[in-house]
Amino acid sequence: MAAVTTTPPTTPPTTLRPVRRRFSFGRAAAWTVMGLIVLITLLPFYWILRTALSTNAGLSADPTSPLPVDLTTSGFQRALGLQSAEEAVAQGGAGGGLDFWRYLLNSVLVSTLITGCQIFFSAMAAYAFSRLRWRGRDKVFGLFLAGMMVPAIFTLLPNFVLIKQLHLIDTLLGIALPTMFMTPFAVFFLRQFFMNIPKEVEEAALLDGAGKVKIFFRVVLPMASTPIITLGVLTYITSWNDYFWPLMVSYSDSSRVLTVALAVFRAQTPATGVDWSGLMAATLIAALPMLVLFAGFARRIVSSIGFTGIK
Amino acid sequence: MTIASSSPPSRLPTGGAAEARSRTGTRQGVSGEDRGDGRLAALFIAPALLGFLVFLLWPTLRGIYLSFTRFNLLTPAEWVGLDNYVRMVNDPIFWDSLWVTVEYVFINIGVQTVAALAIAVLLQRLTQSAMLRGIVLTPYLMSNVVAGLVWLWILDTQLGIGNEIISGLGVDRIPFLADETWAIPTIALINVWRHVGYTALLLFAGLQAIPNDMYEAARVDGASEWRMFWRITMPLLRPVLAVVLIMTVIGSFQVFDTVAVTTAGGPANATNVLQYYIYGSAFGRFQFGYASAMSVALLVVLSAITVLQYRLTRAGRTDLG
Repeated sequence: MAAVTTTPPTTPPTTLRPVRRRFSFGRAAAWTVMGLIVLITLLPFYWILRTALSTNAGLSADPTSPLPVDLTTSGFQRALGLQSAEEAVAQGGAGGGLDFWRYLLNSVLVSTLITGCQIFFSAMAAYAFSRLRWRGRDKVFGLFLAGMMVPAIFTLLPNFVLIKQLHLIDTLLGIALPTMFMTPFAVFFLRQFFMNIPKEVEEAALLDGAGKVKIFFRVVLPMASTPIITLGVLTYITSWNDYFWPLMVSYSDSSRVLTVALAVFRAQTPATGVDWSGLMAATLIAALPMLVLFAGFARRIVSSIGFTGIK
Repeated sequence: MTIASSSPPSRLPTGGAAEARSRTGTRQGVSGEDRGDGRLAALFIAPALLGFLVFLLWPTLRGIYLSFTRFNLLTPAEWVGLDNYVRMVNDPIFWDSLWVTVEYVFINIGVQTVAALAIAVLLQRLTQSAMLRGIVLTPYLMSNVVAGLVWLWILDTQLGIGNEIISGLGVDRIPFLADETWAIPTIALINVWRHVGYTALLLFAGLQAIPNDMYEAARVDGASEWRMFWRITMPLLRPVLAVVLIMTVIGSFQVFDTVAVTTAGGPANATNVLQYYIYGSAFGRFQFGYASAMSVALLVVLSAITVLQYRLTRAGRTDLG
């Protein structure tokens, strides 16, 4: 076959063919590596599901089964506090009565509060930094930028002392408060987009008699809706996943969020060993909302990461 | 520090001129509206400024202040000068935890950077599939806690599928998170799993800026993919790589969550990373002063790294013209 195709002495085939063939071998190898990466990336998610739907006894009896062993929802029942303590203990749980509905609600409340307020206030500030003229603007903005240099982790201890003095320990507000007003990054990020809105649009609105406040709500916010939504989703995910700060602030069910609850679940190891089935069910409950959220916004988030990566 | 804003310093004069021009333009366009928006601006900036002052600037200053005090949260802080710092320098556990942290950062950043670069190049040269990029990013959506717990289970010595496979291959089971030598590399790799996709997408964004013609031209010249990587991709990606390194190294030094849920600093302090030691000092032993002093030390280390890497970034830029 190869000999037949080489007989017409046209240069393109002879120069292209060996390149393409060697290339396709390389491509096959590259795709294999890519496949392996996808496997390592996704397999743990399947393993969570498989474990959550197994019984603890089944997990010890058949640790390698790729399918759930003794298919059951008892892990989920334990995580959601639907089992009595005796029942839970009998199935390898700790019987500690954790209620993940409650923590789910707490996580939703905290993340929504942080995201809603932070984005709105940051957008207001970004508007003032980009479209309003006032004395000292660049100096104040420089101060905000300098704030990005302080690692968030450094402010946690002093902020804890402050939240304690405000008597907000073990409240959802106490968890939300430090990041509710702004992050330097959010202001910086939104300012970039607001600056790109053409002056003419704003001037046209001004000529129509709109005030600057109206321009913010009717012109600037709608025109920047795409970056605002992207930033919002990323902020939601970040606050949902935060562990260190809520760990400091929350002590009881009233303010316990999912990440902290998971660690508590893990710490109450029953005498028979870790309740893996229940723990993985709880893990899935904590992770699923973000997976769903991501599924809805994946394309947008993925394509915006080059810029938001400054985070 | 930032991808988008690292070029302005060199172009400051022109940028300033352009801004001034546009300002006068506005003045001409909207005559009579020239008094500025001081009052309105104050209103718009107020919430963010409040948050900035109360929850960022004030805690930063207070954190530094507390590092010079003895403070147990119950009684007022008492000024003790440099006592905390003297104690820190003489504290073998502090040095040990700093060392453990550095070891963690080296493994974590080393593996993650190489893997992320490989993934980014594969994504660029193989396919433009947004779905594949989405898949690669998925672990990043999990909290560190979730990532830690899943791998704790997979690597469990008795029942974990990872160890089942290892013993199936005829090798002894490895107590990944319960062994002094294995624990830190294991935690470092768990965090690679969670962050590598994100890092890869950052690098991928950098790769998108490299014109495809360069690869076409190189291919016409008969260059292999390997050669193109070293001669085109790497030199042009260097500035982005440097920025990404600053970010990831700083993040890496703050490791806490994964340690807290998998090993709790053990076995025998083998995973007692700095942030975990700081947390223990503050919330376990109520030594907020000492914990603050160690936080300041970490802050200094991170600032030094930022400055150093920022220099390298700019060097990278001028180098390429």
